[in-house]
Amino acid sequence: MIAPMSVSLLVNGEPVDAFVLPRLNLADFLRENLKLTGTHVGCEHGVCGACTVRISGEIVRSCLTLAVQTQGASVETIEGLSDSGEIADLQAAFRERNALQCGYCTPGMLMTAQDLLKQSPTPDREAIREHLSGNYCRCTGYQAIIDAVEATAKARAGRSS
Amino acid sequence: MKAAAFAYARATSVVNALELLAVHGDKAKVLSGGQSLMPAMNLRLLSPDVVIDICDLAELRGIVVKGNVLVIGALTRHVDLQRSADVATYAPLLRDAIVHVAHPAIRNRGTIGGSLAHADPASELPACMVTLDATIVVRGPGGERRIAATEFFKGIYETALSPDELLVAVELPIAPAGSTCFFQEFARRHGDYAIVGLAAQAVVKDGTFANLRLGFFAVGDRPLLAAVAGKLIDVFVTPASLAEAAAALVEELDPHEDQQGSPAMRRHLAKVLLLRCVAALLARPELDTGAAG
Repeated sequence: MIAPMSVSLLVNGEPVDAFVLPRLNLADFLRENLKLTGTHVGCEHGVCGACTVRISGEIVRSCLTLAVQTQGASVETIEGLSDSGEIADLQAAFRERNALQCGYCTPGMLMTAQDLLKQSPTPDREAIREHLSGNYCRCTGYQAIIDAVEATAKARAGRSS
Repeated sequence: MKAAAFAYARATSVVNALELLAVHGDKAKVLSGGQSLMPAMNLRLLSPDVVIDICDLAELRGIVVKGNVLVIGALTRHVDLQRSADVATYAPLLRDAIVHVAHPAIRNRGTIGGSLAHADPASELPACMVTLDATIVVRGPGGERRIAATEFFKGIYETALSPDELLVAVELPIAPAGSTCFFQEFARRHGDYAIVGLAAQAVVKDGTFANLRLGFFAVGDRPLLAAVAGKLIDVFVTPASLAEAAAALVEELDPHEDQQGSPAMRRHLAKVLLLRCVAALLARPELDTGAAG
């Protein structure tokens, strides 16, 4: 038998200590152990992007990260970004433009879009497409998502100038 | 799917990682960024008994210039290559290639050593290593081995690495003055594995190739340094001589059939890339005739 291992990390700023099996991936740890079900599990091999979270401020696939690998790390999920208000304008833009239908991809889309807007305040549509290329949406056809991200970028640029 | 159960060990040093590999041998897999290993484990293509995590081995991280060589530690992430001024200056082919390696969230964790040890024939970095004449540095119980990239890749997911060895670094000769490079791939979606790709580096003097290395990928079981490049060196390239080279390239390739394309389609796309590449490197757009026929 393989014994559970201890892991201590920060999740959305709060310390978490747990015992987990090595095979448990971070997405399942967040969803099953911590009941943070905003992180979605799609393909489980890194293709769809629905499970995107931030570790140490950088977006990663939580389905391709083991929970034991997050020892000492700071993990942020869609719940954290949403509750802090960091992406309130981006969420509003998604709503206004119908940039989601079933909503399954939306947490990953928001995480990835916010990552782009932090690195590049005024991306063109091509840059938005490229950054979101690792996130599948099966409902919207992407146009409305690109619109929402572009509109948010312009609004933020307008506010800061 | 989820990965099958495995035991997890976090190596504390390269020596410790080698000790763990010596104990567990081919029952173990080395985990660096996990962006190839974890999908393979989740799909149950791989079920190692033990996973040896080398993420703490800071000595395997980083990019340094030593004389005429760019040394890249095995744990250097794709995003680090993307942001490195030294890579942009001394290995511009790698800079051009890296944005085609998967997507931002994967480049934040995937490592160069992991990609090379995994040796997917449709991935970008193995082809770049072959084109750039890199040396792969591995350490094992008997000490260090240095393997030419052209000898390192042995087949689909197969390399010259033994189960008790660890890939520690790659060494790239600094791009010669006046060299130019070309990188393009066909993929279903930006960042996906290539259907066919080409990583090329050249030295052009007075409108002719003084040197040309053409690394094709996703056209066989390993990256291919095309011999046909020899036909284009030290000669004035004409549409006719290029068509001849393209015909010879088709003979040289042994592409596989999969869901993404037939061998005939891959041969055609390789020709398209050859023409684009030569036209771009020689700055003669008229040479890119689209590989019709």
